[in-house]
Amino acid sequence: MEIYLALIPIFPLLGFLILSLTGFRLSQKANAIVGAGSVGISALLTIIQGIAFLSSPTEDGAISVRLWEWMNAGGFSAEISLKMDALSLIFCFVITFVGFLIHIYSIEFMKNDDGFARFFAYMNLFVSSMLILVLADNLVLLYLGWEGVGLCSYLLIGFWYKEPANGDAARKAFIITRIGDTAMLLGLFLLFISFGTLNIDQLMTQAPLIWEKGSMMPVLAAALLLGGALGKSAQLPLQTWLPDAMAGPSPVSALIHAATMVTAGVYLIARSHVLFMLAPVVQTAVAIIGALTLLIAGFSALAQHDLKRILAYSTISQIGYMFLALGIGAWSAGIFHFMIHAFFKALLFLAAGAVIAVLDEEHDIIKMGGLRRKLPAIFITFLIGSASLSALPLITAGFYSKDQILWFAWSSENGSLWLWLAGIVGAFLTSLYTFRMVFITFFGETGTEPTHKPGKFMMIPITILAVLSILGGFIELPESWAHLQLFSHSLNKVFPTISLSHKGIPEIFFQILSAVVAMSGIYIAWLIYLKKLKPAESPSFDRIGHFFYKGWGFDKLYDFVIVKPVVWFSEIDKKDFIDSFFTGITSVTFMFNRILSLLQNGKLRWYVTAVAIGIAFILTVMINL
Amino acid sequence: MILAYLILILIAGGLIAWLAGKWNKELPRFIALFALFTDLFLTVMIYLQYSNSDTNDWMLVYSASWIPHFGISLYLALDGLSILMLLLTFILGIISVLISWKEIDEHTGFFHFNILWILSGITGVFLSLDLFLFYFFWELMLIPMYFLISIWGHTNRIYASYKFFIYTQASGLIMFLAILVLYFIHGKNTGVYTFSYPELIGTTMSPATAILLMLGFLVAFLVKLPVVPLHNWLPDAHTEAPTAGSLILAGLLLKTGAYGLLRFVIPIFPEASVTFAPFGMLLGVIGILYGAKLAFAQTDLKRLVAYTSVSHMGFVILGVYAFNELAYQGVVMQMIAHAISTGALFILVGQLQERIHTRDINRMGGLWKQVPVMGAIGLIFSMASLGLPGLGNFVAEFLTLMGTFKANVLMTCLASLGLVGATLYSLRILQKVFYGKERTVHVIKDLSLRERMIAGVLIVAIVYLGLLPQQIFNTAKPALAKSLNSINNQSSGGKNEKSGTYNFVPEPVSTNQ
Repeated sequence: MEIYLALIPIFPLLGFLILSLTGFRLSQKANAIVGAGSVGISALLTIIQGIAFLSSPTEDGAISVRLWEWMNAGGFSAEISLKMDALSLIFCFVITFVGFLIHIYSIEFMKNDDGFARFFAYMNLFVSSMLILVLADNLVLLYLGWEGVGLCSYLLIGFWYKEPANGDAARKAFIITRIGDTAMLLGLFLLFISFGTLNIDQLMTQAPLIWEKGSMMPVLAAALLLGGALGKSAQLPLQTWLPDAMAGPSPVSALIHAATMVTAGVYLIARSHVLFMLAPVVQTAVAIIGALTLLIAGFSALAQHDLKRILAYSTISQIGYMFLALGIGAWSAGIFHFMIHAFFKALLFLAAGAVIAVLDEEHDIIKMGGLRRKLPAIFITFLIGSASLSALPLITAGFYSKDQILWFAWSSENGSLWLWLAGIVGAFLTSLYTFRMVFITFFGETGTEPTHKPGKFMMIPITILAVLSILGGFIELPESWAHLQLFSHSLNKVFPTISLSHKGIPEIFFQILSAVVAMSGIYIAWLIYLKKLKPAESPSFDRIGHFFYKGWGFDKLYDFVIVKPVVWFSEIDKKDFIDSFFTGITSVTFMFNRILSLLQNGKLRWYVTAVAIGIAFILTVMINL
Repeated sequence: MILAYLILILIAGGLIAWLAGKWNKELPRFIALFALFTDLFLTVMIYLQYSNSDTNDWMLVYSASWIPHFGISLYLALDGLSILMLLLTFILGIISVLISWKEIDEHTGFFHFNILWILSGITGVFLSLDLFLFYFFWELMLIPMYFLISIWGHTNRIYASYKFFIYTQASGLIMFLAILVLYFIHGKNTGVYTFSYPELIGTTMSPATAILLMLGFLVAFLVKLPVVPLHNWLPDAHTEAPTAGSLILAGLLLKTGAYGLLRFVIPIFPEASVTFAPFGMLLGVIGILYGAKLAFAQTDLKRLVAYTSVSHMGFVILGVYAFNELAYQGVVMQMIAHAISTGALFILVGQLQERIHTRDINRMGGLWKQVPVMGAIGLIFSMASLGLPGLGNFVAEFLTLMGTFKANVLMTCLASLGLVGATLYSLRILQKVFYGKERTVHVIKDLSLRERMIAGVLIVAIVYLGLLPQQIFNTAKPALAKSLNSINNQSSGGKNEKSGTYNFVPEPVSTNQ
């Protein structure tokens, strides 16, 4: 049974090898079968494994398989071994299942591209690395997956390599995440010298025994790991790469930059929650960073007019919610939102990709309009995704996942009024920018005409995701409603239960409030963008809008503080000043050579003078002695 | 005796190749290949025979008197560290012959004579236990390399070959002086005048003398490694040398410096080394960061790759002065992985230059479309260079940094910035050469079968090192233990205090379930 676990990441890896070694010889159909098929098999195996796992739970709530010993030197050992518990299972499910749908979609999306085989090779490598990341039983192997997904993200953002801007976006993503990764690596070192192992289970059992809560070491270790999480999950202050990452093909944005890779930070924090609980300062920082990020990104999303950039900022904002949940100790709520978000955001990206494709690469929503009549199927599914993103009450999955976070932000012990307030303002922003996008794109006057309709390879995955964006929420109802918490129950062996401090106000009040907020966001979007009831135009308003549009000026700041100095510094000393010291020695030698060779000029009177001076000198010296 | 044969085969092979070259142009290639394959075969046989023996001692020893009057002997010995280096030497040697198959067309006899003689010098360096003999082989490497650069090099080859020769020769002489002083001190102390390494290890001398002599050895090794600020010969020599020359320089010659540190400096001068450690680490950090910075700025692709060596070798000296097994295993792995990854990049640059007749990255771009196989190889080895897990360089840098973290947290944090620097320059290579707009107008051919096979071997090697490095660790372990013991014996107590910040650290727990 355990060996099937190893097969889950191996199939996509095999797919990658086949595609990269022989892909250029195979037909497009064969490439598609290998590329999508390998992920499909993984998805199937995950589901089988999941059913077996849930129906007959093991003693410690996990199954593991050891493949081989990776490194064993100088007291350090790491193995290539995989371990699956409920948390990994949920991630595996999302990665393989949503990944499979996106692969199917890509068959049609990429069909006329030269790099068809290359695309599927990179995608398969990504799926494999991501699976290793979530299945690793030690932090070094996790880091292998972590860097592997970073590589694939880089390769896929810059997939259309002929455009230099795509290459720049890809490098930006790689470099910014690498900065976070380096912090994470130092965190690994700190953990190793403190515990002599990097096995996750051992670390998490030993840490509370050796480290005191709130002392310096856990704070340092958690902060360094957080550095890695911030980079990968595009949270403040390392969020700037994600909007640019939209240069990649839309399926890439859906899979990597919405559903899976960007949530790796969420996984890391959840996986090492013991450590974060030992460092309350850092855990609070996670919540605050989440709250700030969700607001900043929400405002930025409001000002964008590139369809994919709106969704990118929205992703940053929604991951902010997940961080907020983790920071207040609502572990399973954060993971639940991850899963639901993967459904509806993948749906939105795929639908947006379809819209962009049929409009001949038109990204600007201002130039779109009235598409609901031309593309009814896309419209309905996009609307479902948007409703879920806006947390439309009762019927959408997004409501159940986001409402849980908002409720805990207020009621849990680590929660506070401010965190809740940030969440609720963010919820308003979310529905506002989401329906701004919906109204401008699908309603109003007709803009660019679609050239064709998306085919069934694109529509079937979108439809399945739309169904999940609705139904996914019903597996976890609020506790005050009914005893149906399948999701958090499955995670109860992984996470401690959240402790609430009842602050008097009943949950239903918050639910109604957040429902009202979500609806009013949609209503205001309707007023402004359909009824054209624009607030008074003023230059200062435009300036703020531009500020939001530019992502709060972070790019400019980093460019000024980091990029420019680095480039300047490398340019001024290109020739290596140390070399001039040594060439200096040579020049001095040559100079002496020239001076001294002047003396040997073959003129007799020079020699006679020199001899005379020499004699005079020697005589003087002798007399004085 | 078999150890002496390893060297003699190369020396004889070189002479025969030279003579044969006068008669037929192609013959020297086959002679060189034959000599190298024979050596590789012999080494593998030795390895298979002795790899399972657990002795901490030498696997094989050969000793014959040479100049007994001065206590000089032909004293060769082999342990785990040297056998790894020998395998690397012969494999890279074979590749350097294969890679020159089309590139070198003139004086093939003399060319292969030089290649084989350089390799015999390197082999001797990795085997000698007599310091005089060691110095002999140390010098033997230089002269053929000088010819290799100055005859088959590129435009600025004369300048580069002079620079290379003067740097290495001058530093080698200082080392020789130190060897002589050590010889006389030992003779005076014991009455036995000998150059034998095991005898000289326990030489007692005043701390000040020890530091001076150690610096004498260090200069030679640090120039070779190279360490900033003694690195200036390297970019010129690497850039101007023919591909085979760059490959041997980066893959093997630099490693003799690292080998010298581990084999001679640490065991002979343990106390002085502990004193020097903070400076050694600092030199390492400076090398890592400054090398990366210079690499990032270059526009000549070969020069860029050359500077990455400066950065990567910084990890070696950083790890050497961490004095723990973790870091030492990382250092050995770095020596091997860097030889393969940087070697592969140099080969790639050579192939590019052959096709588009320039090394200026501003005149490249968008090459992926025409040469996807080269692009994929460039991608893999750029990733190796930036330390992507799953490839050998990651294992090396991870272990080195983790070992260093035990010894000095600050230096590790600074050094880890080098990982970001490596990302900057590695991605720049890919972007400038393979991505972006197409600039070349003429059609260029992708790799031939011969070139693909060479690349394939290197790729398999770097992945093997990245995923199954344990065999290397096991082989190197006894040899590294010898170096570490000398440190621990000399400064037991003192060393523990040094790492006292983490004294509460419990013994490592095995993860074996």
